[in-house]
Amino acid sequence: MENLLIRGGRVIDPANGIDAALDVRIEDGKIAAVAPGLPADGAQVIEAAGRVVAPGFIDLHCHLRDPGQEYKEDIVSGTRAAARGGFTGVCCMPNTHPVNDCAAVTRYIIEKAETKGSGVHVYPVGAVSKGLEGREMAEIGRMKEAGIVAISDDGRPVTNSNLFRLAMQYADHFGVFIMSHSEDKGLVGDGVMNEGFMSTKLGLPGITRAAEEVMVARDILVAEAEGKHVHLCHLSTKGGVQLVREAKARGVRVTAETTPHYIGATDEWVAGYDSNCRVNPPLREESDRQACIEGLVDGTLDAISTDHAPHHEDEKRVEFPLAASGISGFETAFCVSNTELVRSGRMEMSRLIALMSTQPARILGVPGGTLSIGAPADIVLLDPEREVTVDAKKFVSKGKNTPFDGRTYYGAVCATIVGGRVIDKEDI
Amino acid sequence: MSMKRKDLLGLDGVSREEITQILDTALTMRQIVRSSNKKTAHLQGKSIVTLFYENSTRTRMSFELASKYMSAAAANIAASASSVAKGETLIDTGVTLDQMGTDVIIIRHPMSGAPALLARHVKAHVINAGDGMNEHPTQALLDMMTMREHLGSLEGIKVAICGDVMHSRVARSNIYGLTTMGAKVVLCAPPTLIPVRIEELGCTVAPTIEDACEGADVVMGLRIQRERQQKGLFPSVAEYCDHWEITPERVALARPNALVMHPGPMNRGVEIASSAADSAQSVITQQVESGVSVRMALLYMLTRREG
Ligand SMILES: [Zn+2]
Repeated sequence: MENLLIRGGRVIDPANGIDAALDVRIEDGKIAAVAPGLPADGAQVIEAAGRVVAPGFIDLHCHLRDPGQEYKEDIVSGTRAAARGGFTGVCCMPNTHPVNDCAAVTRYIIEKAETKGSGVHVYPVGAVSKGLEGREMAEIGRMKEAGIVAISDDGRPVTNSNLFRLAMQYADHFGVFIMSHSEDKGLVGDGVMNEGFMSTKLGLPGITRAAEEVMVARDILVAEAEGKHVHLCHLSTKGGVQLVREAKARGVRVTAETTPHYIGATDEWVAGYDSNCRVNPPLREESDRQACIEGLVDGTLDAISTDHAPHHEDEKRVEFPLAASGISGFETAFCVSNTELVRSGRMEMSRLIALMSTQPARILGVPGGTLSIGAPADIVLLDPEREVTVDAKKFVSKGKNTPFDGRTYYGAVCATIVGGRVIDKEDI
Repeated sequence: MSMKRKDLLGLDGVSREEITQILDTALTMRQIVRSSNKKTAHLQGKSIVTLFYENSTRTRMSFELASKYMSAAAANIAASASSVAKGETLIDTGVTLDQMGTDVIIIRHPMSGAPALLARHVKAHVINAGDGMNEHPTQALLDMMTMREHLGSLEGIKVAICGDVMHSRVARSNIYGLTTMGAKVVLCAPPTLIPVRIEELGCTVAPTIEDACEGADVVMGLRIQRERQQKGLFPSVAEYCDHWEITPERVALARPNALVMHPGPMNRGVEIASSAADSAQSVITQQVESGVSVRMALLYMLTRREG
């Protein structure tokens, strides 16, 4: 493998407190040196003046749809789209067909990613319960041996609190934690969007914020009682963020994330019944959007995940309540987050890198998320100043479903490098 | 007498002038409905399709007769509610109708926003004949026509709307239309049947039906479906009636000669007592006549647009 020298960029490595104009030398797929004025010494030189050079993004929550729903996305297209979005590692949720609730499916995902994927690391998340049915625990130990990093029943959250508690205890033995999609399905009812003025105006059944908050509270209290780690997925509500803030203050082992769409869009976008705004949890109101941003700023929230949920066009070209829930998120994650958080003046770029890379790596306990000497050379090159107009038709992902289509943001992903190999070079 | 819009998807955003024009035209059309020779050439050569994904004999018939009185070619597609999820997609159906040369598609659909989706994909004019819990604009127009007839003007009148506001497209269209016309709309229902922040649409919510009826010019009932009880929205019909049924005693709190209205079909003895529905103050049957006139006016004005 050719050695690389990334020259003259603004190197941001939150893990080492670095934010300076430096060169990065990559040898044998690893970070060999981070210093000013490094010589090329025969390495391939990537000029990075005006670019941010950072550890590659790591996504705690995505759907690659493989096996079983390859018409929406597969591991090949999904990992390519991830690379386009600056991700060097992604956690894929287990709601595939068949469900990733046993080692065989876990191994299939990992092997396909290694042999056919773009190079992006794929970290499978196993099911908590067999078939995501919320009854019997899945074979967490065997899945862990096969390579899962966490467990989740995602969109079919574990209703039975005792199963949730037992799975938490059991998984901890194998060094695995629960990623909880915190949602009380009874409170969701037949709701299809946030309950508020917009749902009343549009005549669409609403989903109360309490649907999220009630389960966030339960998840936190069970984790607190057990003294175990729980990770809360894609928080969307002001109340949910506040519950995490209070739990952290009293020492509960809780980590939490939100997504670009909860900091970049609100339920007002549903006006006109745009089915690309159908997502679960639903887009909330401005006060929730602000609370999610505040949570990211003050450290209540640890990460930004995409909840990349690609769907086929046919599944969105239907009546709003019939439309599949989800947003294709890999390729807009950086520009939306950068615009809403950094350009808006709410945080420094280094904080955004920490939220999209350093902290997700720490939560998962996987390599990456840092430019420390000896770390794998998983790197993203960014142009944070560039104006980009989202064009869903040009997405690498099979899923073109995004409410951001046609909107203008700031921040381009120029290249993605995994293990010293350039796997996406849009602009270098 | 024509409209600037391609479609009528709701009364949200429809101006006072437009509503007045429709109601004025409807008065002219009513003469045709009342005449012995119900045939005019207003829609000669036009093709009109009713596309109904829900049963509604009343509304569909009203549109069909309106079309036929004005010499349009009218066809009816009765799609079952189950075909919404399983059959041909709404967009494909709409495009097919377009190809057949349909000038107007009148759609009734169980899901809010379906007419808007259709309208975005077809060249034909789209009239919303009721979508989910969103809007039923022609019902509100015929209600307003009936009110204007009896009360002279809509400006400053108080309209009490009692019943299942939550699931009612009639309520939303009436709120938009009536408030645009300067009327005061007061809602009344069990709290479980009042949508959140509905006041922000420009109406108020009365604590009791007595408060709602007090001094009202119109008392309008909305259908209470019995399955709402099974869904846990209220405990029993008997208790509902105790607190929210429109009865002659409650109507007596309204202004003398206040109108009793209902979009139908009624659940007698649930949201409205027969003694109120059949009283001298009731204009429920006249609403039906207004329905045909309003729909004639609308079809004429929408299709005149290009001419
Ligand atoms: Zn989820």
